[in-house]
Parts: sequence; C-alpha cells; structure tokens
Amino acid sequence: MNSNTPSRGKRSIIVSVTLLCVAIAVVVISLNTGTIRLSPVAVLQTLFGNGSSDDQIVLFDYRLPRILVTVLAGAGLGIAGAALQGITRNPLADPGILGLHAGAAFGLMVFVSLSFTLDSSVALLIPLFAFAGSVAAALIIMLLSYDRHNGVSPIKLILVGIAVAAGFHALTLYLSLRLDEDTYSFAARWLAGSVWGRDWVHVQALLPWVVLCISYIWSRSKTLDAFNLGDAAATSIGTPVRSQRVILLLCAVALSAVSVSMAGGIGFIGLAAPHLARRLVGPMHRHLIPAAGLIGMVILVSADTIGRTIFQPNAIPAGVVVAAIGAPYFLYLLVRSK
Amino acid sequence: MFLSVIAVLLLSMFVAISLGAKGLTLETVWTAIFQYNPALTPHQIIHELRLPRVLAAVMIGAAFAVAGALMQGITRNPLADTGILGINAGATFVVALSFAFWPGLPYGWIMFLSFVGAVLGTLLIFLLGMAAPGGLSSIRLTVAGAVVAAMLSSLSTGVAIYFDLSQDLAFWYAGGFGGIEWRHLKLILPVLLVTLVLIMPLAQRVSLMSLGEEVAINLGINLRWTRFLALAAVVVLAGVSVSAVGSIGFVGLVIPHISRKLVGVDYRLIIPMSSLLGAILLVLADLGSRIVNPPEELAVGIMVAFVGVPFFLYLARKERRAL
Repeated sequence: MNSNTPSRGKRSIIVSVTLLCVAIAVVVISLNTGTIRLSPVAVLQTLFGNGSSDDQIVLFDYRLPRILVTVLAGAGLGIAGAALQGITRNPLADPGILGLHAGAAFGLMVFVSLSFTLDSSVALLIPLFAFAGSVAAALIIMLLSYDRHNGVSPIKLILVGIAVAAGFHALTLYLSLRLDEDTYSFAARWLAGSVWGRDWVHVQALLPWVVLCISYIWSRSKTLDAFNLGDAAATSIGTPVRSQRVILLLCAVALSAVSVSMAGGIGFIGLAAPHLARRLVGPMHRHLIPAAGLIGMVILVSADTIGRTIFQPNAIPAGVVVAAIGAPYFLYLLVRSK
Repeated sequence: MFLSVIAVLLLSMFVAISLGAKGLTLETVWTAIFQYNPALTPHQIIHELRLPRVLAAVMIGAAFAVAGALMQGITRNPLADTGILGINAGATFVVALSFAFWPGLPYGWIMFLSFVGAVLGTLLIFLLGMAAPGGLSSIRLTVAGAVVAAMLSSLSTGVAIYFDLSQDLAFWYAGGFGGIEWRHLKLILPVLLVTLVLIMPLAQRVSLMSLGEEVAINLGINLRWTRFLALAAVVVLAGVSVSAVGSIGFVGLVIPHISRKLVGVDYRLIIPMSSLLGAILLVLADLGSRIVNPPEELAVGIMVAFVGVPFFLYLARKERRAL
C-alpha cells in the first residue's frame, strides 16, 4: 500500500492536470461556438477587457454565465455521484436513485402549474422550486429509510429511493398532463437538462454551495475509503460510521440538488463520471473525487455545446446528449469487464 | 385462498362494469352480459365500452404481474420488473419515432409498432449479454437493462423535444384503457392467454432458479434455456400489454411481493396468484381512473403508482432483510 501510494499520487496529479487542460479547452471552444461565432482570440481579448461592446455583451451577458453554470453543475454532479457510490457501496448509485431528479421535476411542475407566465422575471424562481422539490424528496427518503438500530442502511436507502422516485414521477405526470402544450414542452425541455437563460444570479447562487460541499466531501476522503471496507471494519478502525454517513449523505444531496436545480435532471453524469475516474486514478477517494468532478465538468460542457450548436433550431437538452453518448460507452464497459 | 381471491376478482369486475360515468343497475349489467340486446343504450355502453375495458384490465394486469414474477425469479433480484428489460423504453422510443414521422397513425398501428419497439429493446439487451464473456449473468442482465432503458427513454425525450410532441408522448406513456375495442381484444387476449398457460410448466424450474444458480445446476436444470424461455415469455406478456395500454409500472414490481407473502416461495403458486392479484389491481385502478373525476379520466399508470408506492414503502420499511 505504502509503496503504491506515491506513484498513484503522481499518476492522479498527471491525470488531473490533463483533465483540467481538457476542461479549459472545452470551455474555450464552448465560449466561441453559438449562433454568433467569436474567434478564440476575440474571446480572450474580451475576457481581458479589450473586446468590442458587442462581443462583451454576447460573452458576459449570455455565454459566460451559462457556461459557468454548466461547469459548476457538471463538477457537482460528478462529485455527488462519487460520494453517493462511496456511501452506499453500490456502483450503480447516482443522484437519480435518491429521488433528487424526481423531486426536482415535481418542484418544477408545481411551479409551472401555479404560474402561467414564464418571463425572465420568474426564471430565478424555477431553480428555487426545483431545489425545494429535490430536497423534499431526499428528506422523505432519508426519513423513511432511517432505522433506530442501524442508522441509514444503504440497501434500504436504495429500495425506498426507487419507490419515492416512482411516487414523485406519478405526481409529476398527473400535473403535467393538465398543462397546455407550450408550457409542457418548456417543462419537458427543462427536465431533460437544458441550461438555457442562466444569469449571473444563478452563478452566484450556485457557487458557494458547490465550493462548500465539494471541499467538505474531499476532506472526508479517508472516511469514504473506510466505508468501502464495510460497516464493521470501518467502525473497528475508528470511523464513526453512522454519523459520518448521515453528514456525507446530506452533503451529497445538497450538492446534487443545487446542480440539478440549475441544470435540470441530467442522469448518467453522476453514474458514469465516478466510474471513468476510478479507471483513471484508482479507488482512493482523495484522487477519485477531483477526477470525477473534472470529468463531469467536461461531459456536461461538451454535451451542452453539442446540443445547442448541432441541433438547430430545436436545441437538444444536454441531458439527452449525455445519455445518448454515455450509455453506449457504459454498456461497452459492462460487456468488456468480467 | 385461491377461491377467495377469484371471488374478489369476479366481484371487482362486476363492480367495475356497473360503476362509471353513467350509473347502471346490477340487473341491467347482468342482462347486458348474458342476454345482450343491441337496441338498448345501457346494453351498448356495457357491451361496447365497459366490458372490453374490464376484460383488457384483467388480462393485462395478469400479464404484467406474471412477467414481473418471472423476472424476479430468474434474476433473483426482488427489484426486477419488466422495465429492466428495456421493454417499456423500447416501446416508448418507437412510438416517439412514429409520432414524429407518421403523425396520425391509427391506434392499431401504434400498438403494433410499440410491440416491435419492446422486442427490439429487449433484443438489444440480449445481444449485449451474448457479447459479454460468460453470457447473461443475472447481475449483468439487470445492469445492462437499466442502462439500455435509460438510453432509450432519453432518446425518446430527445425525439419528442425536437419534434415538439412531448405531451402526446406523455399521454401515451401514462397509460389508459380508453382506446381498447373488441377488435384489439381479439388479437391481445388469445396471445396473452396462450402465453400464460404455456409458462405454467416453467414455474417449477423458475422456483429452483430462484434458490440460486448452483442449486439449479446441481438439480440438472439447463439455466440458459430456462432463462431464455422465461425472458421470451416476459417479452410477449409485457410487450403486448405495454403496446396496448402504455407503460404501467409497479404492477410487475409490487404484485409478486404480495403473492410471495400469501403463498410462499413456490413459483407454481406465485405465478397463478400473481396473475389473479394483478388482474384485481388493474381492474380497480381502471375503475378508479374513470370515477375519480368524470368525465375526465386519470391515467391508469398514475392510479397504480398512487396505490403501489405506499404499499411498497411499507414493505421496504417492514422487512428486516433486503426484501
């Protein structure tokens, strides 16, 4: 183990730096594609304050906030997935399983059912409703799966999660079938994960949460490693399993809830990013968490760019692009591995 | 036990036929069924609208429940249901494509296409299982199924959004017996009945498989062959049902659990019991969806979830071991 750690650490630094470069490249490409094209030089010039006023408006008012939201949400989803898989000891766990997507969808449906105007003034309220919905779903699931004797047991968490998610889906469907067509297609688009019309306010709302939760989860890497040994072994090496599990779970929930509420219900990132990261840097959470975050970021930013540039005029939401590319790859991994 | 469940089924069928937007007396129902007179409006309502719906609910409820029981038996996973085989997602995807490229197709055609989609979705998972070294192990089947289902439903969403038909698809997906007519029933009922009868001999092998693969091999069971037959039966049962009424989840998940509580672990008893209970659940859910807010109908899928979710939660909480 000891002889292994330094080389693994080196490898993970190389991987992380490479991923960071890829992420920056993707962000720059994303910044200069769109209905109005900006050359990379113009992007850089504008960023340093020497661009034309048109370029400035396009970049600062429209593209940059949108991309920052995707960057933050992608990293958030990837890391939340890594944490959840560590907490539940289940490689299939992702934020969707905890009912977060279903809850967010329900929150959105409640919002669009209540209000019939969708102008920009209320746009800030949508993430708020979605956030409330996903937190509500997560709380219901955690309360129902809490047991006086064992705390939150992973298997019960998953079982209850599936049922509660199904319940929220039914409620969402019930509300959505009563909407008029325009509102419904707006909602469907949003639910499939489109990062449309995001503003600097959204970046400001997202940033503190993402930074706080990510740093806390990263600082608890050792605990997550210990969970992998099983509850008994983890307790015997001095890990307070029950309390740590609840706190980490809350963190992961908060992280994915804010990400989902800003970027829509994007599955697969939370599932696939940790798997990819594990292949690259191994199972130690200290290395795994940054890698998963960077991979999630790259995936979401590229998917959003592809979705909004290739499929004109009806942009395809990023979530669809992610699943269409991510699923075949995941299946390939599944078939290849023993 | 079985007799009382059959009695409940008959009773609920009778209630479902007599209740509805237009209240009819039991006497009318009786004569309409056994001495049908096409000249009378109440007789027509019963014969042309309610009877086919109730019969469809019986058969399709039984089919979904048995398909779920078979899935849980051969995957040894208590959470397995037909959604895992990509049946619902495949059907939805092909229906989305047909809405996009051939708008205004008649109901019968959509049914046919969605059955094709259901089979294709499952075929995809079969092929993946075969490509893998070691073949279709239970866990691989489950994982591949979940991923294929997620991909296909995501692609359906993409198609629906690109062609602006999200809500049409949602209506189809939510499920309902409203469009069922006698001529569809004449196609659906024989297929489902024959499949249900044919799988009864499989039940014993599924029981042994549910004890574990090693046990089954030691007892001389051909695992691949049993699994293949059972999955083929599941595709027919669930594929036909999904294409007739849309995607109704939870029947296949919940009913086998209840059956197991009532009759134990032997699939020779679980399968018939599941078919009866599934029938009762869907007859009542369809009835509920008609009478909650007449003349509008609530989607049956929603109704089933409202009943199924609390029950499943109760099961999940009560069980000490992992279900």
